[in-house]
Amino acid sequence: MVHFTSEEKAAVASLWAKVNVEAVGGESLARLLIVYPWTQRFFDSFGNLHSESAIMGNPKVKAHGKKVLNSFGNAIKHMDDLKGTFADLSELHCDKLHVDPENFRLLGNMILIVLATHFSKEFTPQMQATWQKLTNAMANALAHKYH
Amino acid sequence: MVLAPADRAAVLALWRKLGTNVGIYTTEALERIFVAFPSSKTYFLHLNLSPGSAQVRAHGQKVAEALSLAMNHLDDLPHTLSALRELHTHKLRVDPVFFKLLCHCLLVTLARHYPGDFSPNMHASLVKFLSHVISALAPSSGQIGSVVAEGSCV
Repeated sequence: MVHFTSEEKAAVASLWAKVNVEAVGGESLARLLIVYPWTQRFFDSFGNLHSESAIMGNPKVKAHGKKVLNSFGNAIKHMDDLKGTFADLSELHCDKLHVDPENFRLLGNMILIVLATHFSKEFTPQMQATWQKLTNAMANALAHKYH
Repeated sequence: MVLAPADRAAVLALWRKLGTNVGIYTTEALERIFVAFPSSKTYFLHLNLSPGSAQVRAHGQKVAEALSLAMNHLDDLPHTLSALRELHTHKLRVDPVFFKLLCHCLLVTLARHYPGDFSPNMHASLVKFLSHVISALAPSSGQIGSVVAEGSCV
């Protein structure tokens, strides 16, 4: 089990308090679809994903990005039990959606890059290290129920 | 052609904008990899790695020069980077995963300093460019069975 120090939890909470979940979620998912185009395969029903502007403006991408980041926010409240928190989502992504867990790490890195663009002052190397640890632990928790 | 015209143009335009400051950002990328992925320090035990270290800055400048060199020889990367490939794979024996991690830290650095320029398309072009550099520098990084380290990307 990953252990987060009180300093790490405080650092995550301080940045999270400033995050616009809808904006960051939508942009992170859009970047995943643009930078790693094979991920578009999981979102066939989302309509037009043919260009950067189409993807960034796609309402389904924005809505799903918000959903993903809300889930992220929920996990932040339960940093001591990420595996338990993500158990159902892990089963869903494995059994129903068939997503390779590597894609969770890619999305985690997209979230970090979006945070870097929005919070350049706060996103020090130490802050990045804490968030890498968090997104990595979340990716592992999401992969935990895979079989 | 290794990189499509639109990707080349985007990356070259950004590089021109960075001008002589590329070394500042590659140095920051190194500082970030040492903090976020501490196992990377194993290759630099002979250097002073404390924040602001002149030695890290010097190494950052070397990385910047190599990337600028790569930028100007996009159609001849394996040959252009052959000496560096030899050094990193055979002499230093760097685990290829660390090139990906350093590139990720460079992307975070550029996103931080140039948020207005770091559109998703620019981000995608940079990832493609850096992937080509990594392939030329560490050909074994694409090997079947190579394990992707936690937190890696690109």
